[in-house]
Amino acid sequence: MEPLSNKRKVLEVKPLTLAERAYLPAILGGLKITIKHFFKKPVTIKYPEEKREFSENFRGMHSLKRDENGAERCTACGLCALSCPAEAITMTAAERQKGEENLYREEKYAAVYEINMLRCIFCGLCEEACPKEAIYLDGDIVPSDMLRKDFIYGKDKLVEAPLNQ
Amino acid sequence: MGVSELIIKAILVVVIFAISLVVAMYSTYAERKIAAFLQDRVGPNRAGPWGLLQPLADGGKMFMKEEIIPTRASGFLFIVGPALAIMTACIGSAVIPWGQKIVAGNTVIDLQVTDINVGILYIFGVVSLGVYGIMIGGWASNNKYSLLGAIRAASQNISYEISMGLSIIALLMVTGTLSLKEIAEQQHGWHWNVIYQPFGFLLFLVCAFAETNRSPFDLPECETELVGGYHTEYSSMKLGFYLFAEYINMFISSAVMATLYWGGYNYPGMDWVTAHVGPVIGPLIGTAVLFAKIFLFIFFFMWVRWTIPRFRYDQLMDLGWKALIPLAITNIVITGAWITIYDKFFK
Repeated sequence: MEPLSNKRKVLEVKPLTLAERAYLPAILGGLKITIKHFFKKPVTIKYPEEKREFSENFRGMHSLKRDENGAERCTACGLCALSCPAEAITMTAAERQKGEENLYREEKYAAVYEINMLRCIFCGLCEEACPKEAIYLDGDIVPSDMLRKDFIYGKDKLVEAPLNQ
Repeated sequence: MGVSELIIKAILVVVIFAISLVVAMYSTYAERKIAAFLQDRVGPNRAGPWGLLQPLADGGKMFMKEEIIPTRASGFLFIVGPALAIMTACIGSAVIPWGQKIVAGNTVIDLQVTDINVGILYIFGVVSLGVYGIMIGGWASNNKYSLLGAIRAASQNISYEISMGLSIIALLMVTGTLSLKEIAEQQHGWHWNVIYQPFGFLLFLVCAFAETNRSPFDLPECETELVGGYHTEYSSMKLGFYLFAEYINMFISSAVMATLYWGGYNYPGMDWVTAHVGPVIGPLIGTAVLFAKIFLFIFFFMWVRWTIPRFRYDQLMDLGWKALIPLAITNIVITGAWITIYDKFFK
């Protein structure tokens, strides 16, 4: 057949030399490589004691943010729940009463805000959908737990700690 | 044989038995650690300092696990298999000279359980008995994969035993005795047999790898083709005994190699050391040297295991029958010719 390009190579099958047939030089070569690794530093990260450094855009556990006065930013508009492809977010809205201005930023707030961490796929769409910059996935890895119900995180676990405490 | 001598022998038996078990136990730990280091990992490091309690934890787990005997398995043989495997692995240590005689006052302690004048033949007999453990285990499981693994093990061990025996014959022509004690004594100082029989040692080493079912010749336990090999149906400590027997075998064969070829408990300048530290500490240093050699061999076994991939079965048989046996016979012929020439012209 006419070659299509000049890149074609003819496969050569040479008979093995005596050293190649004796295996031992090849085995010694292999042993040399592995013993070099014996003296190398292990790449293991001993997890509970040492922690791997996350990248800048790592998406971990969610947190509901407060503003500069310590009031909750979330206005329970529901855009995060709407944008969530896994339907992990549920919330119940409530109206702000008189005297609660220091607690909630807008007239409406989320009385109940729950994320099911078993459903969440950490896509970050809630973060993007939020018009009030109230939710960020800037936390750590979601810790393990024994019961499924313990993975439904309410406001107690999600809301950022108050400013001066 | 007096009562005191019997007591000394009994203590020696128990000590050697305990040492083989402990060495085998910590070989599993060493295996995992060495594997880890060769692969840039850390290895077991959670149980105790540096993971040193890991073998105990493994053993405890093995004993706790549920024991399953398949319904159609042959009940008696199924239990005899691992027992036989570990027993034959242990009794090989009886003829190995672990050190020189310790002279403390009037009592002379011989650091060898028994010095029979057919020591090497005894070792060979014990090693070939080891096949029965594997063969019976594979047969009694009533599982075709186990049986195939057992057949592989049997044919592999028998094939390599031939070349092993032939490589030993050249050594026996040099030493002129079958007693391991005498062979060890002949290598006094630095007259190690490996200097006179380097090629024979190489053949013996390859055969030892095959006899102990270590990688690259660990075909009886091929996970990919045979599920688990001859111990597929085994669970809990019965499986543990099979795996344990492999490590004891490795320890004993390292000891045999060190004694036959690498001078045993001899090291250069041992007379000077013995004269200076006394007749009790001196032989013990020799024993320590022997153990250092044994540990080096065990390390080498593991080093090879984590380097070389497993042989294909036909390659294994080709190597055994078409390469090692002719080479061993050639070695015998060359050795014989050399001894004849030496005796005639240089003596």
